[in-house]
Amino acid sequence: MQTIRQTGWMVVRQGRNLMREPIWIAMMIIQPLLWLLLYGQLFSKVTPLHAGASSYIEFLTPGIICMNAFFGGSWSGMAMISDLDRHVIDRFLAAPASRLAIILSQVVRAGVTAIIQAIILLTIGYLLGVRVHGGVLGVLVVFAAAFLLASVFAGFSHGIALLLRRESSMIATANFVSLPLMFLSSILIGAALMPGWIRQVSRFNPVNWGVQAARNAVVFDGPWGQTAVYLLLLLAATAATSAFATWSFRAYQRSI
Amino acid sequence: MTRLDAVDAIVTEDLHKRYKTVQALDGVSFSVREGEVFGLLGPNGAGKSTSVRVLTTLTKPDSGRALVAGEDVVRHPNRVRHMIGYVAQDSGVDWEATGRENLLLQGRIHAMGGTGLHKRVDELLGLLGLVDAADRVARGYSGGMKRRLDIALGLVHKPRVLFLDEPTTGLDPEARAAMWVEVERLAVQENLTILLTTHYLEEADRLAERVAIVSRGKVVVEGTPEELKAGLHGESVTVQLDGTDTRADAAAEVVRTVDGTTEVKVEGHHLRARVPNGAKAIPAILSTLESHGFPVAAVTTARPSLDDVYLHYTGREFTAEDEEGKS
Repeated sequence: MQTIRQTGWMVVRQGRNLMREPIWIAMMIIQPLLWLLLYGQLFSKVTPLHAGASSYIEFLTPGIICMNAFFGGSWSGMAMISDLDRHVIDRFLAAPASRLAIILSQVVRAGVTAIIQAIILLTIGYLLGVRVHGGVLGVLVVFAAAFLLASVFAGFSHGIALLLRRESSMIATANFVSLPLMFLSSILIGAALMPGWIRQVSRFNPVNWGVQAARNAVVFDGPWGQTAVYLLLLLAATAATSAFATWSFRAYQRSI
Repeated sequence: MTRLDAVDAIVTEDLHKRYKTVQALDGVSFSVREGEVFGLLGPNGAGKSTSVRVLTTLTKPDSGRALVAGEDVVRHPNRVRHMIGYVAQDSGVDWEATGRENLLLQGRIHAMGGTGLHKRVDELLGLLGLVDAADRVARGYSGGMKRRLDIALGLVHKPRVLFLDEPTTGLDPEARAAMWVEVERLAVQENLTILLTTHYLEEADRLAERVAIVSRGKVVVEGTPEELKAGLHGESVTVQLDGTDTRADAAAEVVRTVDGTTEVKVEGHHLRARVPNGAKAIPAILSTLESHGFPVAAVTTARPSLDDVYLHYTGREFTAEDEEGKS
């Protein structure tokens, strides 16, 4: 109970602090639009890429929503580095702050950011002719996929932040992990067009679980059973990476 | 080994902790009585901050035992956390939040809330002179204001024991003096036991009722500043050699031959020695130096200071201890 209360107040802290950074807000809004419009234009003439969707932009929109979510999650550990550098974490740890609450608040923050970006992308997509074929349920699935994908990678990112504790190491790791995972997923092209080995690997890629779920919701209106399995897999992965991050406090505390 | 006593707010027994190559704590034992201001004194790297991090449950000792307000820091860290306030060496202020927001969140972490919390936050903002800055983002605070906010953060939940790790490092002399007054006042008003670490001898002398001198991970002596100074018999004599003379070590050898001088040390052009009586020793020291051809620029004598106590117990100059390793 105390953990949930603390998580809530820490989410409030982060939301409020971020609202004081206009550049951050601008980037959060502009970046996903840039991806959507650039990739959408770049591949718009390549008809096979539509992969069952009525246009490439329709195919791409759920992919870009997921890409933003997991990029955002992957980079979210920078907030932990900054809190460590400013000794805010030490202050919390010497007080009865729950370690899990510190991590969950960051995970929730990343997830909520991903949902806000998903709303923006769906709105712009709508103006470009993208329709969510799964209806209201479809929209909720897209939000869930974005939230969970951001959460999975936020947990991972915060664990790494606590282990590495250096901004430069953090940037290198985020790049090293996120770009391959993006290309080993069906964010940009459908599974049918992938080389066989990438298709096999992508089945184990959490990014792809999110993309498949969101695409089922936007493009295909189902199958919902498979979609639910993807979301449950993401939920399990979130639990795993959040547990890893919480455990990483031990390594940090051994070092101080 | 110290006996565990009900009136001791802090007890440490034979604490050891090693970081890779550095033995940060090498058998630290001391105890702090309920309601006193206790100074942990020593240079950077001596083990003060590591001791504080063990006592505030931030890190675990490799061996040994520590009790804070009667609770074991390793076995019941969360009970300890409820009873302590921790003001770290480096400010733990959230820069993007206002002073008030910082304090409210800290209170909520301590399971406080409602009007009680708001009243307490107002009280602390007033107590530490932060009322006007309360609703400004802390990024714009001066060093002294951040430090005062740090102290307020450590006090929100009315702790029984407050840890102040180097509270005045990085402050200008004016802010430092103000902080001393503040700490003295808070100790009384908030009915606190305070453990203070410092590498300013002056600060320990001014604030602490009792001090422990820490050197290389061990407590070398513990007592009131007065006891420690009185424990050193005699006075110190400082001889300043002529600035052009580079034979300070040779001069020190000569001073050592004078009857009654002990602990002769060289510091650049200065020689320091301990003598039973300054007024009697100075003529002998001067004439001996002159007869060996060492020109003297100035000579002073002083009653023992904590600096002398430090030198006496560690055999080292206070400022010159190894800087390597963790502080």
